[in-house]
Amino acid sequence: MSFYVVQFLSGLASAAALFLVASGLSIIFGVTRIVNFAHGAFYMLGAYVAFSLTERLSGALGFWGGIVSAAVIVALIGVLVEMLLLRRIYRSPELFQLLATFGLTLMVEDLAVLIWGPDDLLGRRAPGLRGAFDFFGQAIPTYDVLLRVLGPVVLGALWLLFHRTRWGVLVRAATQDRDMVAALGVNQKWLFTSVFALGVFLAALGGALQIPRDAVNHTMDLRIIVDVFVVVVIGGLGSITGAFVAAVLVSELNAFGILIFPKISIILVFLVMAVVLIVRPWGLFGKPEAAARQTPGLAVQPWRPLSAQARLAFVGVLILAAALPLLGSNYALIVGAEIAIFVIFAVSLHFLMSVGGMASFGHAAYFGLGAYGVAFLAKLAGLPMVACLLLGPLLGLFGAIVFGWFAVQLSGVYFAMLTLAFAQIVWSIAFQWVDVTGGDNGILGVWPAALVATPARFYWLALAITALSVVVMRVLVFSPFGYALRATRDSGLRSEAVGINSKRIQWAAFVIAGTFAALAGALFAYLKGSVFPDNAGIALSVDSLVMVLLGGVETVSGAVVGAIVYKALSIWLVSYTELSKLVMGAVIVVLVVMFPKGIVGTFDGLIRSGKLSFFKRGSQRATQAEGAE
Amino acid sequence: MKLSVSALNSYYGPAHILFDVDLEVGAGEVVALLGRNGAGKSTTFRSLVGLVAHREGKIVFEGHDISKAPTHAIGRAGLGYVPEERRIFTDLTVEENLEVGRQPARTGAPQWSREKLFALFPNLAEMRNRAGGRMSGGEQQMLTIARTLMGNPSLVLLDEPSEGLSPKIVEQMAHAILTMKKEGLSILLSEQNLHFARLISDRSYIIERGRICFSGTMADLDARPDIRDAHLAM
Repeated sequence: MSFYVVQFLSGLASAAALFLVASGLSIIFGVTRIVNFAHGAFYMLGAYVAFSLTERLSGALGFWGGIVSAAVIVALIGVLVEMLLLRRIYRSPELFQLLATFGLTLMVEDLAVLIWGPDDLLGRRAPGLRGAFDFFGQAIPTYDVLLRVLGPVVLGALWLLFHRTRWGVLVRAATQDRDMVAALGVNQKWLFTSVFALGVFLAALGGALQIPRDAVNHTMDLRIIVDVFVVVVIGGLGSITGAFVAAVLVSELNAFGILIFPKISIILVFLVMAVVLIVRPWGLFGKPEAAARQTPGLAVQPWRPLSAQARLAFVGVLILAAALPLLGSNYALIVGAEIAIFVIFAVSLHFLMSVGGMASFGHAAYFGLGAYGVAFLAKLAGLPMVACLLLGPLLGLFGAIVFGWFAVQLSGVYFAMLTLAFAQIVWSIAFQWVDVTGGDNGILGVWPAALVATPARFYWLALAITALSVVVMRVLVFSPFGYALRATRDSGLRSEAVGINSKRIQWAAFVIAGTFAALAGALFAYLKGSVFPDNAGIALSVDSLVMVLLGGVETVSGAVVGAIVYKALSIWLVSYTELSKLVMGAVIVVLVVMFPKGIVGTFDGLIRSGKLSFFKRGSQRATQAEGAE
Repeated sequence: MKLSVSALNSYYGPAHILFDVDLEVGAGEVVALLGRNGAGKSTTFRSLVGLVAHREGKIVFEGHDISKAPTHAIGRAGLGYVPEERRIFTDLTVEENLEVGRQPARTGAPQWSREKLFALFPNLAEMRNRAGGRMSGGEQQMLTIARTLMGNPSLVLLDEPSEGLSPKIVEQMAHAILTMKKEGLSILLSEQNLHFARLISDRSYIIERGRICFSGTMADLDARPDIRDAHLAM
């Protein structure tokens, strides 16, 4: 019995950090409507800075002073980020906000490695709270008691802050109606900045308080952010009480899940989240959101099917691409096949995101499922390659059917967070279920059939499947199904009113996109000869988003161009620099802030305006779009 | 002139809504902007306080050009705005709603305190701690006006203050607006209800399809039944 009590108490202690970070995320979202992906990065920075400060300062005052100073310092960094980056993107579509803050996360990760090195750092124990006390024969760390008390104390302090100060009242008012608050003469610039600073302070404090419990390293940002997304989805984005209750719930599920399903405890959390989403899609304490902003939403030009000339050009380019084996080395062919595979992956995400208006942050889940599907069939069932390529993607299809059903119940940022959480679940299963998936060692020796075993032949196979996939998805865009999907994207209510079952249409689009992503994953498994958990990782999901963004979210063909340019660039980048995340993060941020239309969109603008004046046109259109809100 | 607007043009996306709107409000004056649904009354008000992103023309308030100023600066300058949709902060209590509107006292403008506003709108005094979302439409209308008055404005824009209210509340509202006028507040209000406008206004403009098509005193308007019937027929 006492064992369970101890387990329960340990869960409560873990909940403290989760609550601090989640409440910070919720507060920021409430006012700015930005889901700050970089919140995990601020949590991590809090831990690193606290580590450095507490190493240098001595005594109890030094330790606690170091913890609090670390949170303040990181909050100041947050203020800089808000002023330099976020202020430029408050009016952007939420996808861009998520991406920009994700780019920031990537940059912080590399910077942290540069400053503090790649190894785990063990922080000082808290003075006076080093020991443990005995509870019916079980040891409870004294420090955990502090954390357990801290959660409710912070909850109470935040309540007072938001209900008993003018600042808090203004923040709550701005959460509901920013324009009205402005009309009443409140300068929201500083309100936003201060809210962001508070949110970052809480995250950094959460991180700083972890150093006596846990090692500090550069992967703790993504670990916490996924848990935090789950917490806010369960608790309701924007609700501090919800963040508290959900943080306790998730921590307890983790604490006890380990006893029940030691290997895949995350499943338990997932099940609870699924139930909450079915019963209350906006979370336990959240409120139904007003219709989410459109995902692409800059200024969509009407899409047209390709003209006869453009079709000829497409065939011409395809013939040129098919001629690569005559000129290129084997290395070029392998790179070419990889790029072709990523074209399928990017086009499938584009189909979901630009055509369907559902920006997924976990598209790699289906890529990974396709890859593992092939690996299981080839290695465990010993099926031949043709059968594997046809049947392997079915795993992705099933995954998309299950996850997609939940995901399409939501929209906007909730959709993004949920898809990310699903992808993380797939990754965790691949990583933790070692008996079946081989865990981190992956599954090796997935070789293609002899017929396509040379680089040239495999390249042709990949190119052919890619061309076919792109054509099929393009045809779908201009089919009645595509019209219905785009109608649902542009106005859910109106399309429902003309008799479109929008949830079913979106679900179908989700499954189609997931299946093509799985096909890409299946080919990728054969290209590499192996599969690893990272085939479903966050990095890959974000890669696909960047490809679509780089090509141009609003164009039909952008994803193809984006995938080719991005993949070629990143292969080149990884071989030339150690700091690929830093560069990549910076590229994402610059893209979002300066070139939100992407390569094809920008090119389009140049052609339409006939001169280099597209910047002007872009800004003009942006103001018009604002007015129309 | 308290407020003078010349050649105001506004756009929602590609749609041109207001065409060269000119209007003026003198100190201490109550001016009505009359027109049918969709004539451009609310857009005029939203443009004046900078809530329409794309606007052109000159807006001079107390001698300062505010046509490029951000919304919060316009509010700070003493130009109060009471939106048609009321836009009460539903999660906040009555007192908290008033707190959001509070600004320091301004010279040359009537001063309001919480207690003075509760005297003006006695219904509100009885529900100080009630959430804004749990009030009737009439109570919300009083609260939205009281909230704006907490900023001690020297001119308020009242967008359809009588809309959707019961006759009894309309009467209270007319009384409150006349009290505000007596305090020395300048008021520009929009109305479809000519009867209500006549009760409280000194002058009026008629707006139709985004253009001002009549300007004069209430007596001038009464002398022109043809105009009234053409543009305001109920």
